[in-house]
Amino acid sequence: MAGATAHKVSFLDRFKMALFLHKKNSTDSLLSILKQPTNSLLTIMVLAIALALPGIFYIMTNNAKALSSNWESTMAISLYLEESAGQQQAQELVGQLLAQDKFQSVSLTSKEQALEEFKKYSGIGDSLEMLTENPLPMVINVVPDEAKVALSELQPLVESLEKNPIVDSSSLDAEWINRYQEILKISEKIGSFISLLLAIGVLLIVGNTIRLAILNRREEIQVIKLVGATDAFIRRPFLYTGLWYGLMAGVIAALMISILSNLVASSTGRLAELYQSQYQLLGLSLSQTFTLVGIGALLGLFGSWISVRKHLKEIQPT
Amino acid sequence: MIEFHQVFKRYEGGHEALKGVSFALKNGEMAFLTGHSGAGKSTLLKLIALMERPTRGQVILDGQNISQAKDRQIPFHRRKIGMIFQDHRLLYDRSVYDNVALPLVIAGVADRDIPKRVRAALDKVGLLTKEKQLPIQLSGGEQQRVGIARAVVNKPPLLLADEPTGNLDPELSAEIMSLFEQFNQVGVSVLIASHDLGLIARLKHPVITLKDGQTIRNDLIEEVHS
Ligand SMILES: Nc1ncnc2c1ncn2[C@@H]1O[C@H](COP(=O)(O)OP(=O)(O)OP(=O)(O)O)[C@@H](O)[C@H]1O
Ligand SMILES: [Mg+2]
Repeated sequence: MAGATAHKVSFLDRFKMALFLHKKNSTDSLLSILKQPTNSLLTIMVLAIALALPGIFYIMTNNAKALSSNWESTMAISLYLEESAGQQQAQELVGQLLAQDKFQSVSLTSKEQALEEFKKYSGIGDSLEMLTENPLPMVINVVPDEAKVALSELQPLVESLEKNPIVDSSSLDAEWINRYQEILKISEKIGSFISLLLAIGVLLIVGNTIRLAILNRREEIQVIKLVGATDAFIRRPFLYTGLWYGLMAGVIAALMISILSNLVASSTGRLAELYQSQYQLLGLSLSQTFTLVGIGALLGLFGSWISVRKHLKEIQPT
Repeated sequence: MIEFHQVFKRYEGGHEALKGVSFALKNGEMAFLTGHSGAGKSTLLKLIALMERPTRGQVILDGQNISQAKDRQIPFHRRKIGMIFQDHRLLYDRSVYDNVALPLVIAGVADRDIPKRVRAALDKVGLLTKEKQLPIQLSGGEQQRVGIARAVVNKPPLLLADEPTGNLDPELSAEIMSLFEQFNQVGVSVLIASHDLGLIARLKHPVITLKDGQTIRNDLIEEVHS
């Protein structure tokens, strides 16, 4: 009861200054939210979670992208040479490739070495003794330099290497990374869709909160209309309330995200050390944080605007 | 001040509450509106305050046909009218002072001018000492006087009262009526809907009597001839 009274007190306080000072108005809305801590906090937390989820998703995809570019260094291209190619030609190609300065390493595996390795790892070495001829081709193993070849350039690079007349075929051990990128794209789409749904959710929650606030004060609004209040005058405190809800939810969402990314960063940091990787978890930048809070505030304002538009009209003095 | 020209009001649902009412209340005049329950008294007052719109006919306030007013003009129209209700319509969680200050705040009166004017209005109705109390802590007659103070604080040229003495004993009723007469003496036009025929007879002001939405007595002129 005491809470409800306090709430209404500041409601009228807001009316007092409304025509002169927006500032006064906005602090009063803030006060009234703070005076009803449980109700308001609950709403704000729900809003904050709804805002934080897209943010977390955004960070996840961002990091996943960063990870995939980190892992490029493990890419290797195997060039299988033509049967007819000689040792001499193969050595020349190796030399050419090294000269291009795009690669970390270029190494030639001769037919004999290939056979040796095959015998060693295949487990059917004995039966190979029956072969009169070595069926394995020469192979050039090429490891692109991560710093000089972007992931997207990998496939064209392989294709250009295959054009060399002594190259028969090639294999890029990158199928998985293509798939990974496809999955990233799909999850980005799903992420935007979910973000859209959550934004609509925020609008609905704010709208409903404001609707209840308006209905709670039905009689006051009637009286105030009777003594000559304009719609703008009555609308303003509700708009501020929505704005504050969104703003506070945005700040809390940003806090949630930064706590989460710090927690994760400390464990990935150790993991990265273990693997001697340069990988570092990306959180939200300052401008991204402001964007999140701004989106929260705008959604809050818009949600209350929709609600106020709809429900203030319905309340007329009788 | 107010002119009704052949005003009809049919409510949704088909009930015809007013059927061709015409009268003119001149500037500074005070009149009573009477009639049986359901005769259309409240309806008539609501048309003046634009809480309802006439189905037919013209309601003219200060020479302006208010039936044609746009919705966004209604608040400014209402600021010219002080309204008093039988059920007071106060904000019960606000002090007497805040209730009376409300029309000034809404009209955008400068902060520093508000206390002076609120106290002048409260003084007029004899409630200066109760400004910090809540309406609930006052008697019915005192609450009605808070309503009157709120209606006059903005110095509107017209007062409308719907059964202002409905729940009050005869002595208090006479007190409230004499308050209205005091405002009338300084030039405010007053229209009071009331059942209290005895009191109305004693006060010697013009009377309009409604029966089933039609005028059966009209002490006022019917038309302003120009
Ligand atoms: N909003 C409404 N919708 C439909 N009918 C209404 C509405 N308001 C009033 N009426 C009808 O219009 C008629 C006149 O009502 P009104 O309130 O004007 O009477 P009144 O003279 O003020 O009566 P009372 O003395 O009981 O207050 C009544 O029959 C009432 O039922
Ligand atoms: Mg009535």
